[in-house]
Amino acid sequence: MKIRYLLNTLGQLGIGILFSLVVQADEPVTSQHVPIPDPPEAKQHFSAEQACVEPVDIIRRNHGQFLKHQRDQTMHNGVRTQQHSLVECINCHVTPDDKGNYPSIHEGTQHFCRSCHAYAAVTIDCFQCHASKPEQATASQ
Amino acid sequence: MNEETTTPNRRDFLKSAAALAGITVAPGILLYSVSQAKPADQAVTSEQRWGMLIDVTQCTSGCDECVKACAVEHGITEATRPEIAAHWIRKVGLRDKQTGQEYSLPVLCQHCEYPPCADVCPTGASFKRTDGIVLVDKHICIGCRYCMMACPYKARSFIHETLENQKPHSPRGKGTVESCNFCVHRVDNGENPACVAACQQAGHEAMIFGDLNDPYSQIAEKLKTIKSTALRADMRLNPGVRYQGL
Ligand code: SF4
Ligand code: SF4
Repeated sequence: MKIRYLLNTLGQLGIGILFSLVVQADEPVTSQHVPIPDPPEAKQHFSAEQACVEPVDIIRRNHGQFLKHQRDQTMHNGVRTQQHSLVECINCHVTPDDKGNYPSIHEGTQHFCRSCHAYAAVTIDCFQCHASKPEQATASQ
Repeated sequence: MNEETTTPNRRDFLKSAAALAGITVAPGILLYSVSQAKPADQAVTSEQRWGMLIDVTQCTSGCDECVKACAVEHGITEATRPEIAAHWIRKVGLRDKQTGQEYSLPVLCQHCEYPPCADVCPTGASFKRTDGIVLVDKHICIGCRYCMMACPYKARSFIHETLENQKPHSPRGKGTVESCNFCVHRVDNGENPACVAACQQAGHEAMIFGDLNDPYSQIAEKLKTIKSTALRADMRLNPGVRYQGL
């Protein structure tokens, strides 16, 4: 009995904490809080009806799978379609600021991939090998 | 057995169909070269086998255009120590001890039909694509370097240092092994590898690239008529890179 009571209280506490997090999300981002991801705008929409290469809720959840499937298709079968290609994600989502500088994959939150992965504490190693900027940006450096 | 006899016939048919289309649609346009680029959504097949022919008599000893072009194409920069630098293609000088005759030739991954690098790879990272291009899937490579030991041509390099500013079409990184990939991103686009293009541009024409399986390709036509050598042919790896005048 006692244990159940303890768990219940803990559960309520947990919900309380979650709730306060949600409240915080509505507040403006300040240095005291975990910054809510604010990924930069993409260059263009995929089509008139669809913003990204898949519906937004699907690509948010499954982009890892799409990329992994495409990676094997390209690596082993030479399939070079653009829809799920990492290079094309970068071309569209990684854009320069007013001064023409591209966001860093190593620091800050301005890089499209980093903005969410830093928030979710997910360490990805794609960019140890893959270019994190479009070709023009790499060429000019 | 069957395939060997039927494939050329089908090819002949396709070729003449293409030629006909060329005549009727636009006489000036070479459909032949266009036909090399496969549609982006199609997988490569074993109908092709990519190969290279290097004419040693046309290769000059001071020239390293192919090596430079490779470095630019794949973003291969200098390492902090020369011992750990990556080499996808090297210029090698040979001297016949008897006669004193000297040769200069580029040596790169020979894209073996029976690649020992892939045989020894414990993870399956080293593999041969069905069209004959030998690659390292760096997503899988654990950097054990067995393949470097197994390769008789010293074609492979291990990346010791963190790399920055890689080319989008040529991902490379620390802890993996790499070697010449025949500029697979260009080949899939119907283009020649960067070294071949650079050699032609420099006016040397010492390298040609193409489909060994296509009897009408420039490389196959030439291989039919000239004497060519495979490096260390005694190992019977049947490399896709051949040398003329060696
Ligand atoms: S030359 Fe070396 S790296 Fe290239 S396929 Fe042959 S064994 Fe492998
Ligand atoms: S270094 Fe990589 S590619 Fe070479 S044998 Fe080991 S796992 Fe395979």
